[in-house]
Amino acid sequence: MLVCAAVTFIVFVIFIVVPGGDPAQRIGGKNATPQLIENIRHTWGFDRPFYVQYWALMKKMFSGNLVSYTNQQNVVSQIVQGMPATFSLTIGASIIWLFFGIVVGVVSAITAGRWSDRVITILALIGISMPVFWLGLVCRYYLAEGGIATIFPDGEYFPITQNPLQWLYHLVLPWLVLAVLFIGFYGRVLRGNILDTIHEDYVRTAKAKGLPSRKILTRHVLRTSLIPIVTLFGLDFAAVLGGGAILTETVFDLHGVGQYAAQNIASFDLPPIMGVTLYGAFFIVFFSVLVDLFYAYLDPRIRPT
Amino acid sequence: MAARLLEVDDLSVRFTTEDGVVQAVDGVSFELERGKVLGIVGESGSGKSVTALTIMGLTRDVNSRFGGAVRYQGRDLLELSDTEMQNYRGNEIGMIFQDPMTSLNPVYRIGEQIVEAIEAHEPVDRKTARRRAVELLRQVGIPNPESRVDDFPHQFSGGMRQRAMIAIALSCNPSILIADEPTTALDVTIQAQIIELISRLKADFNSAVIMITHDLGVVAEIADEIVVMYAGRVVERAPTRELFYDPQHPYTWGLLGSIPRLDRSKGKRLYSIKGAPPSLINAPEGCKFRPRCPHAFEKCLKEPELESRVETPGHLDRCWLEGDYKRANRDEAIGGGRSEAA
Repeated sequence: MLVCAAVTFIVFVIFIVVPGGDPAQRIGGKNATPQLIENIRHTWGFDRPFYVQYWALMKKMFSGNLVSYTNQQNVVSQIVQGMPATFSLTIGASIIWLFFGIVVGVVSAITAGRWSDRVITILALIGISMPVFWLGLVCRYYLAEGGIATIFPDGEYFPITQNPLQWLYHLVLPWLVLAVLFIGFYGRVLRGNILDTIHEDYVRTAKAKGLPSRKILTRHVLRTSLIPIVTLFGLDFAAVLGGGAILTETVFDLHGVGQYAAQNIASFDLPPIMGVTLYGAFFIVFFSVLVDLFYAYLDPRIRPT
Repeated sequence: MAARLLEVDDLSVRFTTEDGVVQAVDGVSFELERGKVLGIVGESGSGKSVTALTIMGLTRDVNSRFGGAVRYQGRDLLELSDTEMQNYRGNEIGMIFQDPMTSLNPVYRIGEQIVEAIEAHEPVDRKTARRRAVELLRQVGIPNPESRVDDFPHQFSGGMRQRAMIAIALSCNPSILIADEPTTALDVTIQAQIIELISRLKADFNSAVIMITHDLGVVAEIADEIVVMYAGRVVERAPTRELFYDPQHPYTWGLLGSIPRLDRSKGKRLYSIKGAPPSLINAPEGCKFRPRCPHAFEKCLKEPELESRVETPGHLDRCWLEGDYKRANRDEAIGGGRSEAA
């Protein structure tokens, strides 16, 4: 709660401090008379002290009456509209990136130093370095409708309630494009963790017991190595869910929360930015708590006794 | 004739590293009979741990090369595949390690870690395995084993963890128990308890024990035979009494002299062997101990063989010095009152 409040306050202050932030000017339009601007300022409350403005904005947000400065659309309902697309993107992509991230990490760790490890390392680095907007556009250009090899539809989100197959069909490309970056990153982190854990004394003990190497890997090495991955995953998942996949959503025109944020950042519109920020902060905080709880499950040493 | 329980024959272990080839173990031989205790003594880096880990097949790596043989009941363990070796680890040969703080997996309950070892080798159901885990904990002296079996390692003290490690190592009734510096990380009072526990369990389980330590005092009580290692080689090997009464190698004198003793005259500094063990990448020519040996002479430029130089059978050493010279000079290194104490 405190974190969410702090985040919104900081965003608010930044908005006021940054030049070009006078919303009355924007609402009034290009040819507004000084009188008109003064009126707008008064009716919207821009002439009040900033803490009063902040308080009014927060009150509006939580009663669901917050509207955009530029087009007067309701912020909360806009975010709610974007959520199915963002949730679909996040959940699908995160399953892909977590699964392949772990596979990549494990394979490259157990073949460390051999050619398969080197190939994977290079692929992972390529994956990490490819910008989403570039990869997304390339995929659209070559694989999507109207492209060179039409396999997938071109962008836009299709609600799962209308047609699950179309939903899936439309999301495959965005999922893959978003997941590529994370797969490379998770793979590298996990590889390092596994290689560290393999040299732990308790892994040697497990070997000395005569356990089969598969069991040593899954029970003793992976269990510890996955702990940092859990942290990463919790925060990344929350960030993407909270509208962090701005580029992917925009490139594929998914009309999710991230794209909504992008549009309003471009038009410098405080209420939507505020709404998305609060929405994102909520998920980050929520998943941090989840991660902490899961941590206690994974590592008995930090459980309260 | 029945095959020996364990026969290490001219074992050598080399690791290729970025700095060069490390000759960690060089021509080490010893035998172990059922029910006996063999002590392997030496400084850090003398190759004693590598020898033990190699017997267990735990030094196998793309960068390691082995020579010689490790015959367990006549079968050369070095020639087995890693999968075949799994049947010997834990089942035929159990091992406990130096640091009980890090040798147990922190995320699993003590009981699970014992059960896991039993299940790896015997087709028992969980309940039976668990009952055996409780029984093992009782045998190694853990109070309230029925409830402590569900504790995590961090809820155990250092001494208790080492007891739990011993329980794991003994869970499948191995013929050999290898203890690699089992007491180094523990308090002195706990050390004595653990040593006593090992020697008692040796009798209960009818196992042979290889006790690795840098402290001759630790093995003095329980070992039948002692192998002294230096720079990857055996420099002296003798029945325990013999080694304490009639030590032949100046390195052994140094080890004997560095045991703190209450009967030594006050104000005298504790003896320490000067210098540091040689690098195993470019070991000195001739006798490996020569650069640190106060008694070295020209002949030491050629390395002596490990052979019998005294009348007692089974007492081998690697030193050129004459018997009379040794007897005349060793007391100074070891310190007075030696024979009474031993």
